[in-house]
Amino acid sequence: MSDSTHDLPPGSGLPIAPRGDRPLLTELDPRTKKRYAAERRFKALGLTAVCIGVLCLVVLVSSVLRQGLPAFTQTFIDVPVYLDPATLDPDGNRDPEQMKSVLTFGYQPLIAAGLERALDDRGLGEQVTADEVAGLISRGAAAQMRDYVLANPEKLGETIDFNFVANGRVDGYLKGRVTMESAALDSQISPEQLQLVDKLRDAGLIEKKFNWAFITGPDASGNRPEAAGMGVAIIGSAYMMLVVLVLALPIGVAASIYLEEFAPQNRFTDIIEVNISNLAAVPSIVFGILGLAIFINWAGLPQSAPIVGGLVLTLMTLPTIIISTRASLKSVPPSIRDGALGLGASKMQAVFHHVLPLAAPGILTGTIIGLAQALGETAPLMLIGMVAFVRDFPDAPPAGLFEPASALPVQVYNWTQRSDPAFVERASGAIIVLLIFLVLMNTVAIILRRRFERRW
Amino acid sequence: MNEMTMIDRDVTTGTLKISARKAQVYYGETHAIKDVDIDIEDKMVTAFIGPSGCGKSTFLRCLNRMNDTIDICRVEGQIQLDGQDIYDPKVDPVQLRARVGMVFQKPNPFPKSIFDNVAYGPRIHGLARNRADLDEIVEKSLRRAALWDEVKDRLQAPGTGLSGGQQQRLCIARAVATAPEVLLMDEPCSALDPIATAQVEELIDELRSNFSVVIVTHSMQQAARVSQRTAFFHLGNLVEFGETGDIFTNPSDPRTESYITGRIG
Repeated sequence: MSDSTHDLPPGSGLPIAPRGDRPLLTELDPRTKKRYAAERRFKALGLTAVCIGVLCLVVLVSSVLRQGLPAFTQTFIDVPVYLDPATLDPDGNRDPEQMKSVLTFGYQPLIAAGLERALDDRGLGEQVTADEVAGLISRGAAAQMRDYVLANPEKLGETIDFNFVANGRVDGYLKGRVTMESAALDSQISPEQLQLVDKLRDAGLIEKKFNWAFITGPDASGNRPEAAGMGVAIIGSAYMMLVVLVLALPIGVAASIYLEEFAPQNRFTDIIEVNISNLAAVPSIVFGILGLAIFINWAGLPQSAPIVGGLVLTLMTLPTIIISTRASLKSVPPSIRDGALGLGASKMQAVFHHVLPLAAPGILTGTIIGLAQALGETAPLMLIGMVAFVRDFPDAPPAGLFEPASALPVQVYNWTQRSDPAFVERASGAIIVLLIFLVLMNTVAIILRRRFERRW
Repeated sequence: MNEMTMIDRDVTTGTLKISARKAQVYYGETHAIKDVDIDIEDKMVTAFIGPSGCGKSTFLRCLNRMNDTIDICRVEGQIQLDGQDIYDPKVDPVQLRARVGMVFQKPNPFPKSIFDNVAYGPRIHGLARNRADLDEIVEKSLRRAALWDEVKDRLQAPGTGLSGGQQQRLCIARAVATAPEVLLMDEPCSALDPIATAQVEELIDELRSNFSVVIVTHSMQQAARVSQRTAFFHLGNLVEFGETGDIFTNPSDPRTESYITGRIG
């Protein structure tokens, strides 16, 4: 088609205007080429940045998943234990109050004996001492058994099949974290015990199950990683989110509506406006110090309590909510306000009947993003004592708000501080749970925005 | 609708509805409206014409105190509705706006159903005692705005889904539904095509039987077509005010003549 320019256009007898020395349209002149080159360079740069970002995200998520997913399964050992009345109820009257005098130390030998017998039945236990056998089971097992016996004193004298959590090292062995070589150097477990574990596995006494206790159970001490759970942390975080939602949403929205729709434009409101924007950039640990000084030292609220954490996080979240709410109020076209005012609506009616519904999706999105931010906040909570080791579940609100609790991100931090390598897996597992909550909250934000979005 | 019909129309003097004396409007330091004296009669269409920025919309917005929403805006002088000063500190602008309705340049239906758009005014002012009352008001208003036949089957459809001309008539219906005495229209046809414009103009002429209508327009033809009285604003001054026929055929001020013949604007 190179000579198409010399053809006459169809249906017209007119000659084509001479092209002169202007270049053909199909040829790129140097300037255009340069512009396109610049455009290509910019696109390549952008694409590289996006690729690097995606790559980092993939690496992060996959490493967290790889390390954290094993935390959701746990090794359990089946042990038939003979509940010896002679040991557990020395008085012989089945009174739980008197049976409480037998501490967990009294139960320990029974478990060891039960496990030994189970092994003997299968002809596996020839060279193993009772101590070694007991070392396979979590130290919490005796307490678990004692609770059971005190709750069911009539079962004394029977042989009950218990499903005990295995020791963290045994769990690590089955998950590939502990090897024969590392066990040889480990004072807590020996290669012989691991060989025994292999036998138990062959005998079907040991199994890996989904570990609900990791999600719902309380934290455990540093030498019982197998029993550590984040139930208290999840409840603590949930309580704090409740406090933040109940306080920050109404206060933030009311403040934004006042500033955006009612406040006169003067120096005072300008200063407030600038300071709200600045507050959003204040490091979160500063809010922690503020919370410590005001809520704990001055107001006398208890340490480690979700109410204090919630109040601190409210202070932190307010600027985010106010800024996003004001932005969404501002984005409502003024013609809607005019329309309502022109009909004789009061300013309040115009705002609440027309402006607020239109701004709602933006407000909700901002609130949920603020909440998500607060959910992942660690630093201020450490200053108000939420870093403490808390084993007891707080009560239902409102009383529970004043009882000690932990928080998810603080729990992650806590576990990474502990020496036992089994806690690495726990910490990663908790991060997965935290990420799931964050993704859920953001999904809710997107759904709400889609649902409430209306065109005008 | 040509120059001939204009002269034939009924221009008998009615009763006074709104009167302004020495009205001044300031936007901060800017003196936007200077010494405007005007008498707007009841059951009459009064058109404000003038070049862009001459203050005609500003003055219109003074008549129902919509300028109150602008912080830096200040109004002086006297503007009376039925002999009452509307800028009296005791006057509640919200109540005033229920009596002096407004239709804006850009159609601005609420993002609600057609029914709710029209019913909003009666609802907030408590004009309907029950649902049947409200239905009646909505139907009457939509009929008056010549929109009923087009939307009667889809009253629950969103008002924002209508065409531009229908939206503007919906806004007129919405304004009419609160039973105002005066209807202010700020360039109601500037966003509409000629057919929709013709419909709205026809409507304005019909509305005149019940309301006093004040319309700001950029189109001199429109002013000539729909109004009985015309006011020409220039640089914040009311240059000339009188019967529409006189203003267009026999302007007394050279500035008016220049504008309507297209030399300034």
